[in-house]
Amino acid sequence: MNAATLFGLCGAALVGFGLYGLVTNPEPLRKILAFNLLGSGVFLVFGLVSRRAAASGLGGDPVPQAMVITAIVVAFAATAMAIALVLRLLQETGRSTLSVDNPGGTDTDRGNS
Amino acid sequence: MPDATTTDGALLVLAIVLPAVGVLLSFVLGGRYAERIACVLLPSGFILATIIFADVWQSGHRLVYIVGDWKPPLGIALRADGLSAAMMVAMAIVICAVAVFAHADFGTRARSPEARAPFAFWILLMAIWGAMNTVFLGGDLFTLYVAIELLTFAAVPLVCLDGRAETLQAALRYLLFALLGSIFYLVGTALLYGSYATLDIVLLSRRIHMEPATLAAATLMTVGLFAKTALFPLHLWLPPAHAGAPAAASAVLSAVVVKGSFFIVVRLWFDVMPGMLGPAGAQLFGALGAAAIVFGNVVALRQQRLKLLIAYSTVAQIGYLFLMFPLALDTVSAQLQGSGALTGGMLQAISHATAKAAMFMAAGLIYVALGHDRIAELGGIARALPMTIFAFGLGGVSLIGLPPSGGFLAKWLLLEATVATAQWWWALVILAGGLFTSCYMFIVLARAVSPPSAPLKLRGAVPRYQEAAALTLALISLLLGLVALGPIDIVEVGRLESTMVGSR
Repeated sequence: MNAATLFGLCGAALVGFGLYGLVTNPEPLRKILAFNLLGSGVFLVFGLVSRRAAASGLGGDPVPQAMVITAIVVAFAATAMAIALVLRLLQETGRSTLSVDNPGGTDTDRGNS
Repeated sequence: MPDATTTDGALLVLAIVLPAVGVLLSFVLGGRYAERIACVLLPSGFILATIIFADVWQSGHRLVYIVGDWKPPLGIALRADGLSAAMMVAMAIVICAVAVFAHADFGTRARSPEARAPFAFWILLMAIWGAMNTVFLGGDLFTLYVAIELLTFAAVPLVCLDGRAETLQAALRYLLFALLGSIFYLVGTALLYGSYATLDIVLLSRRIHMEPATLAAATLMTVGLFAKTALFPLHLWLPPAHAGAPAAASAVLSAVVVKGSFFIVVRLWFDVMPGMLGPAGAQLFGALGAAAIVFGNVVALRQQRLKLLIAYSTVAQIGYLFLMFPLALDTVSAQLQGSGALTGGMLQAISHATAKAAMFMAAGLIYVALGHDRIAELGGIARALPMTIFAFGLGGVSLIGLPPSGGFLAKWLLLEATVATAQWWWALVILAGGLFTSCYMFIVLARAVSPPSAPLKLRGAVPRYQEAAALTLALISLLLGLVALGPIDIVEVGRLESTMVGSR
């Protein structure tokens, strides 16, 4: 097994863990962490693509590396925004869950009843 | 290289840079200037889109701008074909109308202190406009990824502008769905780059062929985009998010934002890999669309609140957009082709955008006037707000598909395609959907014109210009059917070109 295959398998495993966590965890914070794990797996796949596409004598193809930097910035911004939303939700309700505990709601004029 | 910057290519850069300049200027100058900046930039954006449209229509070729003169595959190309030009103009109209409407809620009065919500709203509106232009003009799949992320980041805060707990939850759920969708799309781009060493749409369309990596990439990207478009069964986030937002924001979200990811689906399947969907895939797309139409309409019928009804109607109308895939599939070559079905689908997107924005605005005005939007208690509102209810009804006319509305022409083109391709089952879905839509429109309008049980006490005054903004959009969607006499073939511009270039 060469390094590229190893990286590919690691990426696949991270994607698997992340996806599982994102789907099964009810807590938004854990979902956000799982999203980051999933993202890291995808970034590793980009690294693998870069390595495989490298011309002889080069360490890697720079284009996927440029892409992955952009993708990391995007994932960072997304995480920051999600955390901000969770914090605000915690301030407003004292809880940070996505589940609707009181179906029917208290006020029928609200948007999410 | 066939790709080179065309004479008016710089306009495309302007279409992306203008909104970005607006956002940055608003940040620097502060919230009191955000609205004024938007008031200058949004109309100029509309003029710009019109110029690009006229240019594409008259020349019959697409506009291309090669950024920094670095040619693809290393550089990035911006391209405006007929599809993007038509969508740019339509979205610019909707965004300008929303800006007029939003002046009442998010306007900055003279000598008033700087407030958070207007500052955020105008910046986010300009950001959505810029992101949509990037979606329409982006020439490679990674640029489209960045554009769709920008769109999400601008759309999510719009959902929770008023900061109530339910809207925060809705925004968070929307964000999580969107993030999952975008990461799927990103894996797809990685796989495609790994296989073909380019993400440029034109270059990729020449190199791409069916193999496991392509199939995996296409599936992942499509599922991701479906989640962002809220196609059934990935629609769960949409109704609370769209119904909970302030009226102006709901109008933008429902009319504009969902069209962005839909547009990328079209780019992906019609431009990058027209021969890959195949009959089975096309039928699957159509089946999801049909399920969305049936589900969305039935649930809409059961809603008790007007804004939720309109939101579920969006779920149903998104379904129509996906009916064009089985109908645009050429039976002989098994290729997705620019044809009546594609024109019908894009027209459906545009007429839904104008009609749905008008309906959300009308619902917002009803909410202001009554202090609630319970459908059962709408009695007498048609007498109090005749212009608003008229706009709401005209929007409904377009959704149902009565002539001469844009919805009529779109459904007519789709029905024609069902006959031409001998797929009668889609015709059934289209007709049944129209019937359901007329049912819930009738329920709302019948309540609105019925006399009130108690004398109607209006909670708030509704400015006339807000009603006018809603009515203008509703009239545009009603008269959109008349484009049959005009530039309806614009959608085809640039499509033949790419296939010809491909075979060179």
